[in-house]
Amino acid sequence: MGRLKKYLRPYWGFMILTMAIKLFGAYTELMIPDLMETILDEKVPAGDRQSIFLYGGGMLFCAVLCLLSNILANRMSAKSSGQITRAIRHDLFNRLEHLSARQMDKLTVSSAESRLTSDTYNINQMLARLQRMGVRAPMLLIGGIIMMVRMDAALALVLIALLPIIALVTYFVTKKSLPLYTKQQTVLDKIVRTVQENITGIRVIKALSKTEYEKERFHKVNTELTQIDQKAGTVSAITNPTASLTLNLGLTLVVLIGAYRVNDGRMDSGVIVAFLQYFTMILNAMLGVTRIFVMWSKGEASAKRVADVLESPEDMEILEQIVPEENAPHIEFRNVSFSYTGIGVNTANMSFRLERGQTLGILGPTGSGKSTILNLLMRLYDADEGQILIDGQDIRSIPFQQLRQKFGVVFQNDFVMEGTIADNLRFFRDVDDEALQHAAEYAQAEFIATKEGGMNAEVQVRGNNLSGGQKQRLLIGRALAANPEILILDDASSALDYRTDAKLRRALRENYADTTTVLVAQRISSLRHADVILVLQEGAVIGMGNHEQLMESCEEYAYLARIQMGNGQEVG
Amino acid sequence: MAANPNMIGGGRLTRAEVSGDKRRFEGTKVNRAALLRRLWRYLGKNRLLLILAVILSVSSSLLSLYGPKLSGEAINAIHVEEVLEDGTILSSVGRVDFDTVFRCIGLMAIFYVCAAALTFLLNVVMIRLSRRVSKQMRHDVFENLTRLPVGYFDRFQTGDIISTITYDVDTVNQSLSTDLLQILQSVITVVVSFIMMLTIAPQLVLIFLFTIPITIFFTRWLTKRVRPLFRRRSAKLGQLNGFVEEMLSGQKTVRAYGREDAVLEAFDEKNDAAVQAYTVAEANGTITGPSVNCINNVSLALVCMFGSLLFMQGKVGLGDLSSFVQYSRKFSGPINEVANIIAELQSAFAAAERVFTLIDAEPEKEDLPDATVLENVKGEVKLEHVDFSYIPGKPIIEDLSLMAKPGSLTAIVGPTGAGKTTIINLLMRFYDVDQGAVYVDGNDIRMVTRSSLRKSYTMVLQDTWLVHGTIYENIAYGKPGATMEEVVAAAKAARIHNYISRLPEGYNTVLTDNGTAISKGQKQLLTIARAMLLDAHMLILDEATSNVDTRTEQQIQAAMRQLMKNKTCFVIAHRLSTIESADHILVLDGGKVVEQGTHETLIAQGGFYHKLYQAQFDSVS
Repeated sequence: MGRLKKYLRPYWGFMILTMAIKLFGAYTELMIPDLMETILDEKVPAGDRQSIFLYGGGMLFCAVLCLLSNILANRMSAKSSGQITRAIRHDLFNRLEHLSARQMDKLTVSSAESRLTSDTYNINQMLARLQRMGVRAPMLLIGGIIMMVRMDAALALVLIALLPIIALVTYFVTKKSLPLYTKQQTVLDKIVRTVQENITGIRVIKALSKTEYEKERFHKVNTELTQIDQKAGTVSAITNPTASLTLNLGLTLVVLIGAYRVNDGRMDSGVIVAFLQYFTMILNAMLGVTRIFVMWSKGEASAKRVADVLESPEDMEILEQIVPEENAPHIEFRNVSFSYTGIGVNTANMSFRLERGQTLGILGPTGSGKSTILNLLMRLYDADEGQILIDGQDIRSIPFQQLRQKFGVVFQNDFVMEGTIADNLRFFRDVDDEALQHAAEYAQAEFIATKEGGMNAEVQVRGNNLSGGQKQRLLIGRALAANPEILILDDASSALDYRTDAKLRRALRENYADTTTVLVAQRISSLRHADVILVLQEGAVIGMGNHEQLMESCEEYAYLARIQMGNGQEVG
Repeated sequence: MAANPNMIGGGRLTRAEVSGDKRRFEGTKVNRAALLRRLWRYLGKNRLLLILAVILSVSSSLLSLYGPKLSGEAINAIHVEEVLEDGTILSSVGRVDFDTVFRCIGLMAIFYVCAAALTFLLNVVMIRLSRRVSKQMRHDVFENLTRLPVGYFDRFQTGDIISTITYDVDTVNQSLSTDLLQILQSVITVVVSFIMMLTIAPQLVLIFLFTIPITIFFTRWLTKRVRPLFRRRSAKLGQLNGFVEEMLSGQKTVRAYGREDAVLEAFDEKNDAAVQAYTVAEANGTITGPSVNCINNVSLALVCMFGSLLFMQGKVGLGDLSSFVQYSRKFSGPINEVANIIAELQSAFAAAERVFTLIDAEPEKEDLPDATVLENVKGEVKLEHVDFSYIPGKPIIEDLSLMAKPGSLTAIVGPTGAGKTTIINLLMRFYDVDQGAVYVDGNDIRMVTRSSLRKSYTMVLQDTWLVHGTIYENIAYGKPGATMEEVVAAAKAARIHNYISRLPEGYNTVLTDNGTAISKGQKQLLTIARAMLLDAHMLILDEATSNVDTRTEQQIQAAMRQLMKNKTCFVIAHRLSTIESADHILVLDGGKVVEQGTHETLIAQGGFYHKLYQAQFDSVS
């Protein structure tokens, strides 16, 4: 939790106030047996009825004060822990959004998700309960002890001597359970992932009749979670009975010693009665304290997971801006090399230039590094070597917001979100309705008009009520909506039939003349009008030029053109 | 998928009040008795543990309850003050009854040791019990998830469902493990304390006649108020989870558009709603504890005052008064606890509602009891006068008849969004037809088991789906126990072997969910390799090769032709060569079958297909 200190800081004052109120409540509660002792020991033997009622009234008053302060403090604790969790979640989500693609690959989405929900929830619980019980229990404990010492120091020593034993047990149990709780959260990630996979792959699973297998798979992680949960629980369960046993044995000692002292006339028997009262209170407080440690272990394990993400270093820096080169092309790759894993090459020593308004087509077999070029251009990954420039400016020196405003992009199998068609086209940007209409029109998304509600028609989770082609056109519309400087289409029209594809290309030519376009496609007909076409193989450029040049110079291209334009025609 | 799943009967779900018209996953409100019965059934499945828990709990409660009685006795033996008839006070000094004190203390020590041992055992048993119950719940939820119709998942955010299987089950679990045990112990404590108090000083018990009804009344009032708040808390957390899941999976796009801040804003809205719901629920839920505690303190004060009066009248001894006070605390303690628990249980109930809603969501119709298993499928598929609609009143398919002979090729053709996947939904029986019937080898597919029906097809979908696991596991997914040789052969046939063998870990490379290092096209090849391993007699291809480059596609085509040999094939076709060689062509438009026939007859008809065919040549030339 220490690593999340900065989230607690703004609420220190508030939390201290909460605890002070709790403390006050605990104090009033402590007064009650004290008053009772006075009644039983002094007022009763004196037969002072009036005082009995006076002190009894005091007890009642304390009870009410205790009630009010506790309700207030509980409310305050809910408030502060809620707000702290809110802030942590906010920052965590923010950090997750800004994790580099490389970091996200490593973390995995399911783990990110469970950190953001389950772990922050654990922290929330810990904070709320720590405030509620974290004061009351230790204060009752300490206060109880002080009262006892005041009443009879010698007897109180018996109890104090026992505390280190309990502390030791608690320490070891906590130490042992902490890693177990961490493990538990890791297994929870697996549960999340398994359910996730099963929901997204439901059709395939059913088609392959793998339901039983998936059940078995889930059963395994489920069992694993149960086991680790059981283990952590069992270890934690040691503290509670040990603490109460130790205290109860102390209690018997107190009675015994008390008996001698009363017999010797050194103590009044009423003290023993009051002592037993405090003992009950201390015992409960002690159990509360040990519970806090269990909660703390769980919260701490989660806090660590959250802090790990929050503190993950920024692995992409913004370089200092230099004066852009004159007469620079719009986009330039200079000797760019890149590898995702450090093993093998995904992009090898690549160079090309693209003027404003030109179109770059990228062609190549699967795994040849087409999407990699796009990832590098948008700086989702940093190149290992070489430079990528936009308007003569190294993209590493352009602030992210500024860089990414330039792009409109459709990835392969890009995501459509739940909401309306307009929501998807707008995609959280400041785009007016007219621009949306145009974008939809140019993207050939005339299907929108046929939907009930048009632009406001509901899109289901993952775009499940749209066909593949509809999704693609919606995504292209999204890319066009903000009038991008650079349009990136990664196999974005594969589900479109030729007619629609051709119409789309025409619309782009006519309406987005200033937009530089990078498009990845499998069909030569989609690329042939491009100003520059890159033909890739295993991360290397094996052909570059326009259609006519490549037909001459690039064997591979000519071959592909031949088979595609020949008998392998496609229809819708 | 073009499925519009509004028609599927999926669970009894209520529409939430959430922004706009979005369907949200919310627990079904059921009455508490039914909920408790259901929870009880889960506990009942572990009867042995439950009985053990009860025994342990009763005995440890009894043991620790006997403690105050003993200490009271000890104090009575210590406090032997007497007021003699002449008014002089005979003090306790030198007159302590040590025999009794020793006896009591010895017994106390023994009792406490036993009580501690029992408590520990009880804890262990309860942890086992509750973890088993939550395991069972997760199991049941998941099991039903696998049985639900595919359309169910089109409606709800994955994250929302995950929230149920993690957070909600956990919440139920937590209260089961601690709360139920507490209630049990509390009941015992209350009964025993009450008896003890009656035997000590019946007059003082009267005080509780006043305080207990207050407690009960108060708790009931609060519970009513708090329950909907906890329901809201669960729902809001689920929504937050759903949003997170969606946005994190789309993270690359969000980043590419630089929309992090705007998405963060949308997240904050959900986050605030969740925190708000939490704070309100918590603030109200935590009133119970202090309130009941206060009532207890009040009764303690009353007991003390009236007890003192009784003592002064000589009706009770000081030791008795001490024991009575201790019992009265023990007595009101559990009531306090119960009140607390009831508040806590509200969150568990709200969570359980969500869990049970998911468990109860209506699954795909069960196979008929006399459903046969499709075996030795030859691959004759026949559709007879099939009518189908996703939404009643909006027919998609009307009176469609079709005969696909074993080994024949049926091409499904139509412009984008024409509803080609509907046909597949019917063939695979993801949906049932409204009218007419689908036959495989003359068997109505509603009369055979779903599993055997689906196993008789090989399906390659456009959406590539890989599991978190090695490449080997992913290829062998459809054929458990496939040897490495078979997997390699399939990978070779799908032209992905070379790529795999170049990876440092080869077939043992673990694919992660983002899997950036593997391209979409390669993923597609992996799913094709997966299909290659299956030896079904019917094949469904859904634009499977659209992400694959031409050269590879050429090779895959060859492999596919091999795969298609002797199989009844249904291909959502884009390639002219496939269509021309098809035995039968289904032409779809606007979600409906508009024409069918062979290439020649359709061209001759000069209808929609003809136009489509023409358009294609227009665009190329």
